[in-house]
Amino acid sequence: MFPIPWKHAWKGLGFGDMHKRKGIVPSGKATRLLCMLFVSGLLSLPEPEAKSPDTVILATTTSVQDTGLLDVLAERFNKKGEYRVKPIAVGSGQAMQLGRRGEADILLVHSPEDEDAFMKEGFGLKRTRLMHNEFVLAGPPNDPAKVKGQNNITEAFKKICLSKAVFVSRGDNSGTHKMELSLWKVAGCKPAAGLYWETGQGMGQTVRVADERSAYCLLDRATFLTLRKMLRLVIVSEGDARLKNYYSLILVNPRLSRKINVSGAQAFHDFMLSGEVKELINTHRNDAFGQQLFFTETDGGNGSH
Amino acid sequence: MRLVSNCFLPKRTAGMGLIEEGIMKGMRLILAGDGEVFSILGLTLFVCVASTTIAVCIGVPFGALIAVKKFPFKKMLITVINTGMGLPPVVVGLAVSLMLFRNGPLGALEWLYTVKGMILAQIIIATPVVMGLTVASLQGLEIKLYRQILSLGASQTQALYLMLKEARLSILAAVIAGFGSVISEVGAVMMVGGNIKGQTRVLTTDIVLQTQAGNFSMAIALGLILLTLSFSVNLALTFIQQSRAN
Repeated sequence: MFPIPWKHAWKGLGFGDMHKRKGIVPSGKATRLLCMLFVSGLLSLPEPEAKSPDTVILATTTSVQDTGLLDVLAERFNKKGEYRVKPIAVGSGQAMQLGRRGEADILLVHSPEDEDAFMKEGFGLKRTRLMHNEFVLAGPPNDPAKVKGQNNITEAFKKICLSKAVFVSRGDNSGTHKMELSLWKVAGCKPAAGLYWETGQGMGQTVRVADERSAYCLLDRATFLTLRKMLRLVIVSEGDARLKNYYSLILVNPRLSRKINVSGAQAFHDFMLSGEVKELINTHRNDAFGQQLFFTETDGGNGSH
Repeated sequence: MRLVSNCFLPKRTAGMGLIEEGIMKGMRLILAGDGEVFSILGLTLFVCVASTTIAVCIGVPFGALIAVKKFPFKKMLITVINTGMGLPPVVVGLAVSLMLFRNGPLGALEWLYTVKGMILAQIIIATPVVMGLTVASLQGLEIKLYRQILSLGASQTQALYLMLKEARLSILAAVIAGFGSVISEVGAVMMVGGNIKGQTRVLTTDIVLQTQAGNFSMAIALGLILLTLSFSVNLALTFIQQSRAN
C-alpha cells in the first residue's frame, strides 16, 4: 500500500514553514479567520451528555411535521431525559416500510387501509388511534367543475371527472394519497389522462402546484389553514364523513428485530396518550388560525386492535 | 387627465415582497442571535468543515501519488475518480442509509440519523472532488518534473512535497471545490441525518422544511445566511490561495 504522505499534504497547503513563524497562531488574516470559523463551529455544537439517552425512532408523516406539531412534541418528550426520540417525517408509505424492516420503533401514520394490512400481516404489536382532523377538497375560485356547495364528496369527485378540470395528486403512497384513491374508487371514475397530475411530493408542494395551475386538490385542513394566505384556492367541498383523517400510533412488533427499542417505544406511546400531550395537541396553533388543527380521540383511542 | 398610466409602475408581486421580507428576517435572525438558527449554522459549519478536512487528508496525498506513479489501469482509476466527482448526493445518501440501517451491514455503528453518519456521507461526496482535481493539477505540471527532482537526489516523499508546492494554487482550488460540494448539498444529509430538530438539522435541510411548510420568508432568510456562510469560508480560502500566488 502507498505510505500516506501527510507531511506533504500539510506543506502543499502552504503550512510548511510554520516552524519558522514566531507563534503557533498561523499568520495571515485569512487563515486566522478560517481557524476562528472552525473553532466557533466546534463550540456551537451541543454538549455531549454524560450518558447518552436511549434512542427511539419514530417514523411519521409530513403533515404532522409541517404544522410544527412534531417538533413541539419531540422536544417535550426529550426533556424528560430518559429517552431521545428521533422523528423521521417521511410519509405513511415509507413509515410503514421502515416498520416492516424493523428500522423504526414506533409509527404515527394516517392511512387506515394500509394500517389494517400492516396489523393483519403481524408487523404491528398494537395500534391506537391518537387524533384526527379532516380532509377538504380545494379548488380554484372560479370553480370550473361547479363543485362548490356539493358537500357529498363522492358527487364532488364525479363532477371533477366529468369536467375538463385538472386534479393534482400526491402520488406518493402517503396517507393523503391513499385517501384520495379510495374516494376515486367510491366515485367510480378518475380524471382523464392529462388531467390527473401526480407530483410525488409533500402536501405543501402539491397544493402549490394546484394553486399555480388553477386545479383541484385534496388536502388536510391543517395544511390548508397553514398555507391559506399564499393560495388562491378555496375550499369547495368539506364535511363529508368519508373525509375524516385519523392518525394512529403503531408499536412495531419486537419480533421483527432484536434492535427494536421496546421500552422506549412504549414510553413514547404512553407519553403521546397522556393528558398533558392531549392538551398540547388540541391547542396547537389555535391562536394563529382561530380554529383547532388536530382533535384528540376522547375515548382513549378506541381504535386499538 | 392622467399622463402616466399605473401600468408603467412596477407591481408589487408576491415574489418581490417575499425577498425583501427574507432579507430583513435574515438580518434580524443573525443580529438578534436567534439560538436555533445559530445552532443550525454551527452544525452546518462543523459537518462541512469536518468532512472537507478529512476529504483533503485522503484526497490530496492519494491524488498526488496517483498522478505521478505509473501503474496498471491508471487511466481506469482516474476515470472512476472523475465519475465520483459527479456523484449525485441523493444517491450517496441513499447508499449510505442502506448501509447504516439497523439491519444493514454497518448497522452496529448506529450512525443513522446522527451527525457522524452525515459526515461519513459528505466525505464520500467530497473526496473524489478533491482527489480528481489534485490528480489533474499535478498532471498539469511539467511531465518530467517529478523525474528531474528524483534524479537530483530527492527521496519520493521530498519530490512529492515539491510537486504539491508547485501546484499549490490548484490544490487550494481543489479544497474550495470540495467544500463547495458539501455545503450546497441537501440529498445526503437529509436522508442520512433525518433533519431532526436540534440534532441533525442543517441549513439546507431546514430550507427544504420551511419551504414545505410554507414559510417562504424564513426559507429565503436561511438561504441568504447559507450563501453568506459559504461566501465567508470561500473568501478566507481564496485569500490564502491568492496570497501564495505572489
